Amino acid sequence: MAEPVLAVDNLATHFFTRDGVVKSVDGVSFTVAPGEVLGLVGESGSGKSVTGFSIMGLIDPPGRIVSGSIRLKGEELVGRTEAEMRAVRGRSLAMIFQDPMMTLNPVLRIDTQMMEAVHAHENVSEKAARDRAVQALAQVGIPSPEERLSAYPHQFSGGMRQRVAIAIALIHRPALIIADEPTTALDVTIQSQILAEVQKLCAESGTALVWITHDLAVVAGLADRVAVMYAGRIVEQGPVDDVLDRPLHPYTHGLIGSVPGDSLPGKRLMQIPGSTPSLGRLPPGCAFEPRCSRAVEACRAAAPPLMQGAGGRAYRCINPVSAEEAA
Amino acid sequence: MLAFVIRRLAQAFFVVVAMVVLVFFGTYVIGDPVWMMVPGDATQEQVEEVRRTFGFDQPVYMQFLTFLGDVLRGEFGRSYVHGSSAIGLILDRMPATLELAFAALILAIVIGIPLGLFAGLKPDHPVSRGIMAVSILGFSLPTFWVGLMLIMLFSVMLGWLPATGRGPVISILGIETSLFSLEGWRHLFLPALNLALLKISLVIRLTRSGAREASLQDYVKFARAKGLSPRRIIGVHILKNIMIPIVTVLGLEFGSLVAFSVVTETIFAWPGMGKLLLEAIQRLDRPLIVGYVMVVVLLFVTINLIVDILYSALDPRVRLTGSQS
Repeated sequence: MAEPVLAVDNLATHFFTRDGVVKSVDGVSFTVAPGEVLGLVGESGSGKSVTGFSIMGLIDPPGRIVSGSIRLKGEELVGRTEAEMRAVRGRSLAMIFQDPMMTLNPVLRIDTQMMEAVHAHENVSEKAARDRAVQALAQVGIPSPEERLSAYPHQFSGGMRQRVAIAIALIHRPALIIADEPTTALDVTIQSQILAEVQKLCAESGTALVWITHDLAVVAGLADRVAVMYAGRIVEQGPVDDVLDRPLHPYTHGLIGSVPGDSLPGKRLMQIPGSTPSLGRLPPGCAFEPRCSRAVEACRAAAPPLMQGAGGRAYRCINPVSAEEAA
Repeated sequence: MLAFVIRRLAQAFFVVVAMVVLVFFGTYVIGDPVWMMVPGDATQEQVEEVRRTFGFDQPVYMQFLTFLGDVLRGEFGRSYVHGSSAIGLILDRMPATLELAFAALILAIVIGIPLGLFAGLKPDHPVSRGIMAVSILGFSLPTFWVGLMLIMLFSVMLGWLPATGRGPVISILGIETSLFSLEGWRHLFLPALNLALLKISLVIRLTRSGAREASLQDYVKFARAKGLSPRRIIGVHILKNIMIPIVTVLGLEFGSLVAFSVVTETIFAWPGMGKLLLEAIQRLDRPLIVGYVMVVVLLFVTINLIVDILYSALDPRVRLTGSQS
């Protein structure tokens, strides 16, 4: 296996608030191979976005990375100074955000925002930067890019703005893009267009993707592997088809069961009772135990360790879902 | 754009007319200017003589119509006290006031925006807390008191800066100004600072709240994710977004800087319009008061127009149209 583009090892990002320490990310490990698409799935507040921002080095006080390591192409990112991180951000590591209405600065023209991204990492002429911007816009399927360059963000639709954001992310051909729910705010039709576009572009340039989402359908169609997060930990990860077909962790099982498309018409949707626990006050044992139908006495005692399964799978559960139950 | 400007000018015309009517009748009600103009021991005949000369024996509507007739001929009335054209007197004094107001505006911008940005971007820093505390003082201390304290400190105790007057002026393009000599700036600094104090506090607070709000926006995170330097993020991405409210408020406040420089001009004996107005009110010099009001109204309208045009330069989502919105 080739050296991973990204290797996150035992990452912990905590927020030190007035009400106590919030362990948003607590012991997360995963790797992403070159060109691979990893789906990072979880409910709101499960720590998936904080994981993304930790990789980017964009965690602001009161939060900080307390331990663990993040290696991009073998180079450690944790502990770098802001200036050193800035040299990485946007060049070999890029990020796309959730709401395309908010990510582009409303008072700056598209060309300004694209060319400054070029100039941030390369000392090139205005004209060269402009050419790069035109190319990048054409690449993401924006018609007549030369004219559109001098437009302002409000003159674009949501889908177009997300394309512009993707073009900016791709402008330096990064090794890895972190996509934080980039299609959540879009119409379903636009969503699938963007997905197809991103998939194609990443395949062409060999860019790896960490796709953060709560939408299992998106993961099923896009990702090679999937990691499911719950309360700041990855509870299950593995190849996407295996995990979705035969979930081992009861939480993953519950998530898949709550997707309306999979259940028979007229039958009650399966749902996970309760809601995600407050990250400041997690139970001593398995964080999912209070909501879990398969919980046993041992679940309450200590958090289950990461267990390795067959076929590159890993899960944190002492009483996993069996193949018959999952079906 | 053209339609917009024309509509604005038409609005301005009606505002001026309304203000002139109000002020004309307002000053008529205050009192009889004749008693301010004749010596204390004047006989009844002399008083009547003055009254006839200035037309005060006419009923008020006749006086108003005479005044309107004069205005239509381009004659805005003569000051009762000075005997010369009221508008001429005001325009003579205007450069001094505008100069003071401009200097105060510049101080408000160059002091207020950097301090406000700092306080907004590092809200928990002790220096930020200090800035905010001082800005509360700037808001609450009365101008005249601060003016006196400034004179006391810098002129009387330290002897660094002159307390009164405008100093030497240089004529540039026919306008007398003290902006181009060191001695002029020495005279200008204290009154400008006094006048600017409130505006500095205002700009600090506006900039701070704007910067705090903008720095949490996704576009700032995205700009950071692009690997931009903090200087570019603050200087371009944040600053350009928060300039809109600042320009609005400063535009409106510039009008009030001009109109209400009365107190500062009085304390520092600055020979501007404000001082002229104060004297005119004391002596019921109606043409002068009406003329002043007209000048100030025109000034406000012009400033508002400039602010609106600046808007569209700052915020691409604002487009100026002639239609009612």
